[in-house]
Amino acid sequence: MGQFTFFDILRNLLIATQWTVILSLVSFVGGGIVGGLVLFARISQSGWLRNLARGYIELLQGTPLLMQLFLAFFGLALFGVAVPAWLAAGLALILWTAAFLGEIWRGCVEAVPRGQWEASSSLGMGYLQQMRYVILPQALRVAIPPTVGFSVQVVKGTALTSIIGFIELTRAGTVVTNATYQPFLVYGLVALIYFCLCWPLSKASQVLERKLNVAHSHH
Amino acid sequence: MSLIAITDVRKSFGQNEVLKGIDIDVERGEVIAIIGKSGSGKSTLLRCINGLETIDAGSIAVGRAQLLPGEAALRALRLKVGMIFQQFNLFPHLTAGRNVMLSQMVVKKTPKVQAEAVARKMLERVGLAEKFDAYPDELSGGQQQRVAIARALAMEPMALLCDEITSALDPELVSEVLAVVKELVAEGMTLLMVTHEMRFARDVCSRVVFMHQGRVHEIGPPEHVFANPKTPELRQFLGV
Amino acid sequence: MGYQWNFDWLAGYLPILLKGISITVELIAVGAALGVSLGIACAWVRTLGPAWLRPFVSAYVELIRNTPFLIQLFFIFFGLPSLDLQLTALEAANLAMVVNLGAYSCEIIRAGIQATPRGQFEAGKSLAMTPFQTFRHVVLVPALQRIWPALASQIVIVMLGSSVVSQISVEDLTFAANFVQSRNFRAFETYAVATLTYLVLAIMLRKVLDGVGWLVFPRRKA
Repeated sequence: MGQFTFFDILRNLLIATQWTVILSLVSFVGGGIVGGLVLFARISQSGWLRNLARGYIELLQGTPLLMQLFLAFFGLALFGVAVPAWLAAGLALILWTAAFLGEIWRGCVEAVPRGQWEASSSLGMGYLQQMRYVILPQALRVAIPPTVGFSVQVVKGTALTSIIGFIELTRAGTVVTNATYQPFLVYGLVALIYFCLCWPLSKASQVLERKLNVAHSHH
Repeated sequence: MSLIAITDVRKSFGQNEVLKGIDIDVERGEVIAIIGKSGSGKSTLLRCINGLETIDAGSIAVGRAQLLPGEAALRALRLKVGMIFQQFNLFPHLTAGRNVMLSQMVVKKTPKVQAEAVARKMLERVGLAEKFDAYPDELSGGQQQRVAIARALAMEPMALLCDEITSALDPELVSEVLAVVKELVAEGMTLLMVTHEMRFARDVCSRVVFMHQGRVHEIGPPEHVFANPKTPELRQFLGV
Repeated sequence: MGYQWNFDWLAGYLPILLKGISITVELIAVGAALGVSLGIACAWVRTLGPAWLRPFVSAYVELIRNTPFLIQLFFIFFGLPSLDLQLTALEAANLAMVVNLGAYSCEIIRAGIQATPRGQFEAGKSLAMTPFQTFRHVVLVPALQRIWPALASQIVIVMLGSSVVSQISVEDLTFAANFVQSRNFRAFETYAVATLTYLVLAIMLRKVLDGVGWLVFPRRKA
């Protein structure tokens, strides 16, 4: 086993990193789309739809992601077929991301002052027109920094999919550790790679946030 | 027939009855000032006429549109009356010109070219032709309020509701907004305004409504209401 | 779908699940108490403390916030022994949770401190308090009160995140669920029960933390 050089370790980890990146992207984009639906349900004028969305958000934010992964994995298996880990991982992460993004975005929509609703009502706009032309464009600006910030949570969340057997960076770390008996080095490198993925996103979120606060800048 | 017919309108917020049966008829071309202490229900009345608040009893009709529950009836009403707010409520993500164009395009489906032409005309009418491309946060409060007026006018309303439109302005900016309102009056626009500008009310209004505790306490031409208040409440309010 | 739900096993495995719950509760109790303390210390350094310490605290905070908790846990449990720092699984889990919550709460508490009106510091100074006395007696409590809801949310997040400590064989609720489902072959029902248990724990923890806030912080009379 001693034939693993530092570069072998790094190469193996980086190959697995691809899957962390792909799963993160899929979860973020898919979660964004479903999260949009959650948002509209959460702020809709129909009471039962609002409650349904609130229940969904509370359930997914109030339970461990790991449990959701297990439930997706074993829940899909109830349909009879053997479930590939990537499918359960993708499904669970999309649903989880959607709950958080939906809630973040709801906050942004509600941050738009009441006067904007009233002014657009008084001009005769209907609900969808108000949303499309007045409320969402303003909410979107506010939503960008926390949305980018949440992408960090998604990347970190993908680490848990190793537990249901999806082979990504964390899983590769365990496999390489078992082959090399160098946990300090290997997990150190794994942490470093995660840091390199996450830190730019964190920073970008902070910078965007500051920009938004400093300026009333459309320019 | 009156342009705006407000008949026995009642409105409560929870236990608190804010409007206790309001009757006012407004003729075309009339300018009505609504005065009264805060909490007298004057802003609520205005918001009811625009359908921003639902009414519990009574009726409000503008032209032939009735204030009825339901989105369609509300929009029919709102197309007939424009509203100007204390806090301007311009859309901050749109330029002044776009603010004026938006509802023409999405509500009335006016083609863009035409909407832009109307927007330029309306901004010129309020003396802000050169601010077409400015964003709201680049404008003074007075300028923002004039854009808001242009935005409402672009929908060609039969009447304008003004809810304390100068209250949020620095004193030196009040007159430019009032000047625009005066011009609208001269052009024959029907106006209902909640205001604290007593001098302005006396100079331009055809009638003054004094509201007190959710009722129309006194109503009449300004020379009567201001010079000859009949009730102690109005006398106290006017400080005479 | 012909699937037959079955919860008959639940009564028999209840003691195991309860044991797991108790470990999860213990973990978050220790993690919250020490983690928030660490967070307060770090927030003090980042706002008012000695300048030379700040880069270290910043590095710590950034490192923790930008790596998965699972990796932090593995690094502590599997990695640290090569520095001759041998920890039991439970100690490693405790340490990882304290370190993790410490970093997040540092940022939250810092925001609370930075929202302190300037005049409060000046008032402290004018009363001849040292900067540390001002921090301790004037700034800290209102700062914590300001951000208490955010801090409570973060503590709940860390509690939910603790489910991965089962991966280093800490016998928490998730570990118990893993064990039970390997015996009863009812994986979905078992994890559904565990998931709902976490939900109840999260709601209760939130209530407890709201209660703590209500007890600890001075209240304005209505």
